[in-house]
Amino acid sequence: MSKDDLIDADGGINATDNRVATLNRRRLSRRHRVGLEAVGIGLFGLLTIAMILFLLAEWLRGSVEPMSLLYDQYLIIGEWIDFALGTIVFEFGSTWRALAAGLLIGLVAPMLGTFLIHQQMALIGETLAHTAFAGVAAGVVVVAFTGWGGSLILVDLGSQGGLLFVALIVSALGALGLQWLSQHSNSYGDVPIAIVLAGSFAIGTLLISWSREFAPISVDIEGFLFGSLAIVTLQGARLIAVLSVLVVGIVVIHFKQFVFITFDEEAARVAGLPVTQYNTLLVVMTAVVVVGAMQILGVILVAAMLVVPAAAASQLAVSFRETVVLAVIFGQLSALAGLIFSMVASLPPGGSIVVVAIGIYLLAIFVSNRSVQSMSIH
Amino acid sequence: MTGVVEVENVWFVYDTNLALKDVSLNIEEGQYLGLIGPNGSGKTTLLRLMLGLLQPDRGSVRLFGKPSTDFRQRERIGYVSQRSTDRDTAMPMTVEEVVEMGRYAHRGRRRLQACDHRIIDEALERVGIADISEQRIDRLSGGQRQRAFIARALASEADLLVLDEPTVGVDASSRDNFYGLLSRLNKDGITILLVEHDIDVITTHVDTVACINRELYYHGDSVSFLESDALTDAYGTHHGILHHDHP
Repeated sequence: MSKDDLIDADGGINATDNRVATLNRRRLSRRHRVGLEAVGIGLFGLLTIAMILFLLAEWLRGSVEPMSLLYDQYLIIGEWIDFALGTIVFEFGSTWRALAAGLLIGLVAPMLGTFLIHQQMALIGETLAHTAFAGVAAGVVVVAFTGWGGSLILVDLGSQGGLLFVALIVSALGALGLQWLSQHSNSYGDVPIAIVLAGSFAIGTLLISWSREFAPISVDIEGFLFGSLAIVTLQGARLIAVLSVLVVGIVVIHFKQFVFITFDEEAARVAGLPVTQYNTLLVVMTAVVVVGAMQILGVILVAAMLVVPAAAASQLAVSFRETVVLAVIFGQLSALAGLIFSMVASLPPGGSIVVVAIGIYLLAIFVSNRSVQSMSIH
Repeated sequence: MTGVVEVENVWFVYDTNLALKDVSLNIEEGQYLGLIGPNGSGKTTLLRLMLGLLQPDRGSVRLFGKPSTDFRQRERIGYVSQRSTDRDTAMPMTVEEVVEMGRYAHRGRRRLQACDHRIIDEALERVGIADISEQRIDRLSGGQRQRAFIARALASEADLLVLDEPTVGVDASSRDNFYGLLSRLNKDGITILLVEHDIDVITTHVDTVACINRELYYHGDSVSFLESDALTDAYGTHHGILHHDHP
């Protein structure tokens, strides 16, 4: 065997060793990442389940005895927290309801927002919030003319619930209209968004002014515009809970398809995915989430919950799965901290949540810049 | 040889503009075909027709023997779009996540299995990017990104690899390596359809050339292509190409 042959043979062994080492390193790194994701999902998942259980307990406490007991336990925990913080906030059911609604919005809005911002549709939430505002106005008119109190076959939505139900329908129709305009107009992508945004607000203001003459119910329009804990009614919170479970279920089942379409729409079409249907589903789900989020955040700030946590997560995450997990964690953290701050300081919840979310976003930029700098130094 | 793509007397009109006129060409199994033509010549339209994304106004397009718009075994096609070198996107995707997409058509809504991850690992190895599989794709060079997209096609176990001007914005040395990789994959039996505007690339690497400008001007082997009048006919007299010696 010549010297060259020996070197080649050694080189071959070294190359194989390197490949095996690379593969092992990748598998280990994948396992670490998946482990960290699981911890994040587990922690905030438990919190979300606790909040859904509270809403269920609040809903059924009149008819199911164990639910009444469970509801009381939440209030007892609230008393402990109040004792520890020196506040008189957490011992009330309405506080827990607002926290539950906020945490659920903190879960679903960033989850959808992660797909929206990477499809360059960050402003769609703002637009659909304005459509939902027109929906609330339409709800006022519908309730005034039909006298419908919001009762469905299975669920009593209550008067405010009736408004929200009409807002939900109008918002979903607005989302479909927006999709249709985007596909059939020859303008840039953001032109139909701007037109629907302005048009919805215009129709909303006209309907509100017109309905003042005959509408028997008074609507807290300022609450819907700027967000308020007072308008998170039993019915509103239930609506958020049902919609959240539905949206999370759809996203989890179709996660791979949404990722493929968001990343490479043309290749997704070639792979046979029904891209238009998936895009429509995404926009309609956004409309639905916006109606829920509008109650706490208000029309003007609702887009923030879709965009800011997802943008912060995109700064730090390495993978897309990690981005979704981080976005949800940041969203729920913002909702929790923002709501508690607004309750303790008696300030509007929408503004508080968004300020916390932006704080996290700025921190994420700072941290990601530092890590990029340290990478380039090494 | 079996016909992978069969285009027969295809006409296609956008609004009132004739995009393709009576185009017929076949791609056989194991062929490496380069589709060339000036800007606005209908290359991408023909590509979209072949992939079943558009329906011809007249004529027929068949993919693996089936009408292209009804073709369901989509995992048999690996597609690399022009957008794949686009560095504007900042979506945080690892190379591995991109390659995973190649398995989606196989798995549908079900979770990926251990055998899928093995195929993904092999695809990454084959294009030589296993060591950067945990990195974000938007932070890679154009050449590395292209390899990731080829790995995605390999992970889907595609029989036909379709590339639409894949090296726009990629530096010359990475481009040569990339075309070397394509040639090796073709030797391994993968049929390749490459849409290119660079005549030099087409005549150096592919075995068959189709030259179009709304209608088909040439369809034959790449060596005879430069000796024919197809370039002048399709591009006009001022096409200004650099001729080079074939090996």
